[in-house]
Amino acid sequence: MNIVVNGTNRAVESPPLTPLLHVLREELDVLSPKAGCENGGCGACTVLLDGAPRRSCLTAVGSIGGAAVTTVEGLGTPEDMSAVQRAFVHYCAAQCGFCTPGMILAATAYLERGGSTEVAAISEALAGHVCRCTGYLKIVDAVAAARDGDFDLSTTAESPHTTVLG
Amino acid sequence: MGSTAEVIQPGSPSEAASAFGDGAAVAVLAGGTLLVPDLHFGRARPERVIMLGDAGLNYVSRNNGTVSIGAATPIAALVGEATPLGPCAASIGDNEIRAQATVGGNLCAPAGFGDLQGPLLALGATARSAGAGGERSEPLEDFLAGRAGRLLLDVSYAEPAAGALAGLGRPHAHHYTVMAVSGARSRSGAVRLAVVGAGAVGSRLRAAEALAGDPDAAGVAAAGEVAPSDDPLASGWYRARTLPALVRQVLSDLEASA
Repeated sequence: MNIVVNGTNRAVESPPLTPLLHVLREELDVLSPKAGCENGGCGACTVLLDGAPRRSCLTAVGSIGGAAVTTVEGLGTPEDMSAVQRAFVHYCAAQCGFCTPGMILAATAYLERGGSTEVAAISEALAGHVCRCTGYLKIVDAVAAARDGDFDLSTTAESPHTTVLG
Repeated sequence: MGSTAEVIQPGSPSEAASAFGDGAAVAVLAGGTLLVPDLHFGRARPERVIMLGDAGLNYVSRNNGTVSIGAATPIAALVGEATPLGPCAASIGDNEIRAQATVGGNLCAPAGFGDLQGPLLALGATARSAGAGGERSEPLEDFLAGRAGRLLLDVSYAEPAAGALAGLGRPHAHHYTVMAVSGARSRSGAVRLAVVGAGAVGSRLRAAEALAGDPDAAGVAAAGEVAPSDDPLASGWYRARTLPALVRQVLSDLEASA
């Protein structure tokens, strides 16, 4: 079987019922999708399938057909990050980083579908993504800013929520 | 870990029914949100797995006021449907889960899942399934009672005149339904009520339906026709105490939409 990962056709030897997460991490050495709860509840394994966010831990690799798999490795490079990636840096929206790839992919899909900057809409779009570090506020700020903004990576944004959190 | 079961990918509903046979040693993979981790961790060890992705069971069709929903239709496709079905679909899981989990998987899932049973029972849905003895259509209620060994193909219902949904959720990253009551009034004026979360599987509330004109009495009657048990979300006592309020809410919402 072959699957397309970040624009590259990759041969896969894992059995077809293997979760896509484990094919990516253990066979193809694509390490940004994280094995968190492995039952669909935490969002850390999220990848894009033909642009739509999908839990790779719940997805049998043999069921995806020719759908293109995108992980954060396919969004940008350290030298040339996507708008959402730059916004996450600028707003300090990542701490331990475990949820960050899933958050960034879900946010990317949300914005590409024309998602608004409303907090409630962003929260709904990210509802399946659990972060135990940030308290979510800086993540929501980053997604809202990423829609239109460009970011000066030499500075760190003053989050409007910083004073709320103390 | 991992499953090496034989994988079958039927290309049509009849191929799926044929591959399913009588359902022995077969697992059905539609969205996979429940089955894939069970296979991976060895909690499910079927001999064969039928993947429904290309089986032609992903559709919502309308014909003369009858809506038919294929078993492999993702829950997200129902979010825009009328109350009670649409709002119920919107409350399940999260964006990614709704896009992957299917109607058939939800209806056939073990206790603790199955939110869509409520609206579809209230809508008087018919379930079409394959299995031993061939294809058959029956009320969803009957299908749910005997669903082991059946491959659900689709559910269909007549569009109602009005619908209502009232539920108790549990705040979390995911919404967990503690209990929910669905109601629908058919175009002929009949009111159907159904509850999920008051038993292992969703059920009609027939005693309450018979008292639909008196919401208070209907609520009391509803509590008398279920025997909710304790689970990690809530106690049976709590469910029995709150069911009358949900029934009253649904009946008053149906009345208000008359």
